[in-house]
Amino acid sequence: MTVHSPRTIDQAVTLLEKYPSAMILSGGTDFMVEVNFNHRKPSQVVSTRAIEELRQWNIDHDTNSIFIGAGVTYSTIESSDIAQAAPALAEASRTVGSPQIRAAGTMGGNLGTCSPAGDTLPVFAALDAKILLASNAGRREVSFADFMVGPKKNSLLAGEMVLGVSLPIIEGWQGYAKVGVRNAMVISIASACLVRNASDDSVRVALGSVGPTIIRARAAESWWLDQGAPRSSSEMHTEFGARCAAEASPITDHRSTAEYRRHAIKVLCTRLAARSTSR
Amino acid sequence: MSTVKTRRDVLGTNALRPDGAAKVKGEFSFSSDMWSDGMLWGATLRSPHPYARIVRIDTSPALAIDGVRAVLTAEDVPGVLTYGLIDQDQPVFAVDYVRYMGEPVAAVAADHPETCRRALAAIIVEYEVLTPLTDPELSLDTSTPAIHPNGNVFRHQRIVHGDTSVVGDVVVEGEYEIGMQDQAFLGLEAAMAIPDADGAGIELHIATQWLHEDQKQIAACLGLPIERVRLVLGGVGGAFGAREDISLQVHSCLLALTTKRPIKMQYSREESFFGHVHRHPARVHIRHHAKADGTIVKIEARMLFDGGAYASTSSAVLINGITHIQGPYRCPSAVVDGFAVRTNNPPCGAMRGFGVVQACYAHESQMDRLAEACGLSHVEIRLRNAMRTGDTLITGQPVESVAPVERCIRETDALPLPPPLIDSPDVLELPGGTGLTSRSENIRRGIGWGVSIKNIMYSEGFDDYSTARCTLQDGVVALKFATSEVGQGFVTLAPQIARSVLGVTDVVVEPMDTTIGSAGSTSASRQTWMSGGAVDGACRLVRERLFEHVGLANGIDALRLVIEDDEIVDTMGTLRIKVTDAAPGVRFEETFEHHHRPTEDLDENGQGNCHVAFAFVAHRAVVDVDVELGLVKVVQVATAQDIGRALNPLSVQGQLEGGIAQGLGLAVMEEVIVQDGRVRNPSFTDYLLPTALDAPEVVYSLIEEPDPQAPLGAKGVGEPPCISVTPAIASAIRQATGRDIRRVPVRPQDICL
Ligand SMILES: Cc1cc2nc3c(=O)[nH]c(=O)nc-3n(C[C@H](O)[C@H](O)[C@H](O)COP(=O)(O)OP(=O)(O)OC[C@H]3O[C@@H](n4cnc5c(N)ncnc54)[C@H](O)[C@@H]3O)c2cc1C
Repeated sequence: MTVHSPRTIDQAVTLLEKYPSAMILSGGTDFMVEVNFNHRKPSQVVSTRAIEELRQWNIDHDTNSIFIGAGVTYSTIESSDIAQAAPALAEASRTVGSPQIRAAGTMGGNLGTCSPAGDTLPVFAALDAKILLASNAGRREVSFADFMVGPKKNSLLAGEMVLGVSLPIIEGWQGYAKVGVRNAMVISIASACLVRNASDDSVRVALGSVGPTIIRARAAESWWLDQGAPRSSSEMHTEFGARCAAEASPITDHRSTAEYRRHAIKVLCTRLAARSTSR
Repeated sequence: MSTVKTRRDVLGTNALRPDGAAKVKGEFSFSSDMWSDGMLWGATLRSPHPYARIVRIDTSPALAIDGVRAVLTAEDVPGVLTYGLIDQDQPVFAVDYVRYMGEPVAAVAADHPETCRRALAAIIVEYEVLTPLTDPELSLDTSTPAIHPNGNVFRHQRIVHGDTSVVGDVVVEGEYEIGMQDQAFLGLEAAMAIPDADGAGIELHIATQWLHEDQKQIAACLGLPIERVRLVLGGVGGAFGAREDISLQVHSCLLALTTKRPIKMQYSREESFFGHVHRHPARVHIRHHAKADGTIVKIEARMLFDGGAYASTSSAVLINGITHIQGPYRCPSAVVDGFAVRTNNPPCGAMRGFGVVQACYAHESQMDRLAEACGLSHVEIRLRNAMRTGDTLITGQPVESVAPVERCIRETDALPLPPPLIDSPDVLELPGGTGLTSRSENIRRGIGWGVSIKNIMYSEGFDDYSTARCTLQDGVVALKFATSEVGQGFVTLAPQIARSVLGVTDVVVEPMDTTIGSAGSTSASRQTWMSGGAVDGACRLVRERLFEHVGLANGIDALRLVIEDDEIVDTMGTLRIKVTDAAPGVRFEETFEHHHRPTEDLDENGQGNCHVAFAFVAHRAVVDVDVELGLVKVVQVATAQDIGRALNPLSVQGQLEGGIAQGLGLAVMEEVIVQDGRVRNPSFTDYLLPTALDAPEVVYSLIEEPDPQAPLGAKGVGEPPCISVTPAIASAIRQATGRDIRRVPVRPQDICL
């Protein structure tokens, strides 16, 4: 196994072109687990750790957007200004693993793995994040919805890597909640991100771990808009939660049952809706 | 080897572990850290099927791989083909059939772990896949074909006691289920087997609970005389029962003898889930008869333990289960039927609490129902029935142990409750924790109780003695024993005993190995009592020799001498001499075996004095429940435990807190999920253990009523902490939710759907 340590994005994409089977290594918190279990046997590894540019992030108040490099870690998100600009992302980051995992694990890695249980992904889905990709042929941007195409499947092309994510700064309440069977360091069995846009009082909701990809509960979102202001009654929140749950398509596995997952989505979305209107 | 230099660290003090700092700093050498020049790596090929016939094995493709030095199957086992703690029915390598997923089929030795992996993949095993027997009820059905020549029932035992025709004014009945828990020790199975130069013997460095029992079973399988198999304890990272059975011992020795090279073997976490036994899943049907005032008059119960594919200790676990089904309560009459059966599920055996955990969950759930049926509080019903010293058990055995059950309950009840749930607590402390699922308005709080009785030492006529040797020269003591230190703290306690008895400061604990007699197993809460008794006995013999020497030298009767602090003192004269100076250059050495009093087998009605002694504990759990999501946070556990005497209060605290965390695990998250004989979650990603955010505050009271039977007055404290905390937590969840919780672990959907 050869590990390449490029210092620039250009060097990285050149290597990716030269070694089409090369795998990208970021924090290694998914990658090394796969290697240790012999699920992956990379012969060429392109490590992104030395690429300073990938660890950058930037909040642009003129364009009202945040750019987060693929190499930015969960602990950076929790402790930086990103936490104020995208509180749901900070909450999602706080739920990830342990302090050690959050110090090593990155956004690029969560996107690279693209698990339906990936904790930042519902936030990216709810915020309609744009994923910036690069290859030796150039750069392109895809919406999160077009990026995640299945369980642990994304639309990265051969030789392509994630450079980062850009998110809009949205005026209004946003939050993330996740259910697992212990109180920390647990894989989500159902999660939800809700973003409320103060300007038009719309909401966007994305559901994690209850489908092959992250699910946007678009019917529930438009039902919300159809309801009159102030949208703060608990009946409405309960109805909204039930409508979100109806859009989930959970499965039963050794972690939980489809029935419980759907129920959990109903409760989480009801509560997130209530939280969004209680301040 | 360790030297502790603090005169203070005598019995009753918080002496620190000699290996504590090394463990915290990562410097302690666990058995997986062992290395040997010229060693090869060993690895195991395991069955992918829960039940299949082996049609053909072809090892030649593996042997053809460069770097592969040996590939062994059942054909290569020189001695007996099977092993086991009680019944030797578990094959070293599968013979004709595999009976559980993960059963060893072959082992390889190679120059690198990766070569081993490739060799395993290259071995051809042709299976005829059979339909597994996975429902333990079906194992009892005589029309079910036997999956093993010994049959599908490991043991059936009945208890019939008192007036079985009695009917209570109040009758409560329930069916309870306990899931399969894993011991989940942190230090994975690992061994280093070093062949003797003449090829006719072996030295095995191994993390185990009982060196001599391993030695016996290994020698039989290797076909070697016992003295040619020498065992040395490797650094053990926890055990909890999972190191009682053989795992990689025989495989590593066989590979070493075959290749004439040292063999290192170690399991991954995933392999560990398949490589050791688990706690028996059980179903318990139980009916309590009581007078209107809540006094129990009879219990009727049926217990069914799923022992999995091989016997391990199932028959003993069963006896523990049925003989403890009355709980720590008086019960004049009983009819109990217990079964331990064979299935194609993972083999089950010893785990902390050993059969009593299953019984306790059932009887404590019943006590809550009985309280409700009689209009009593959960505390009152337990006080009304609390067992006392001198009471007779349903086996007819009198309880001779100190039995402060009432005190356990009252002192637990007197411990402070946590502050009430405030309006805006730290959200991380609520159910759901970092998932931010809950706010205090979503939470209901419940308080639940559990009380238990646990036997200590081995039962049913077994003489599980312990041996220790004490050597004293110039004030320095060396202690030798084969007691497995698995983290419980005997390496701390033994020097404390020597210091107290002999007035010395410097105590060396020699390596634990089979060059001295057996110490029995580090299990059944027995080593403080048994090996503690042996060390105490050996030190006392040495003290007699020392007194005789000093008496002779000074012309006084040795009986007049005592130890005071670090001096020998003449109680009837003026002589005062430091132990260090008392006998320059003289070496005193004594060996002592401690035996507990004999016990008996049970007769066909389950009557007999089968247990040695008992320990008691009460738990009160305060649990916050997010009722809508079914998520829980155990806020506090209060406990008062009958420990006899706190020889090292800090160590006791460690056992209490650790046991509570383990019992909490069984209550709300820890379960090996088996579907159609297949383990679905063999990893710490999916087999969930409590984290710091799940662990409760523990408040406790130690009940010190020295037991006259116990050599140091102290009862074992290892198992009781994890037993009744599980039903206490389940009870608190019932209180908070009003749901009828019949099964542990309690899953979110059991609460909210
Ligand atoms: C104990 C533990 C707990 C965990 N808990 C959680 C949790 O609670 N929630 C959660 O969501 N995850 C969790 N994870 C999974 C993991 O930590 C996250 O998915 C993390 O974001 C992965 O990031 P990384 O930097 O470590 O990625 P790596 O492991 O280095 O890579 C992951 C994948 O992404 C690819 N990749 C990395 N960078 C790029 C890039 N720039 N472009 C394209 N592909 C790339 C890699 O090739 C690989 O396929 C946990 C993992 C562990 C070991």
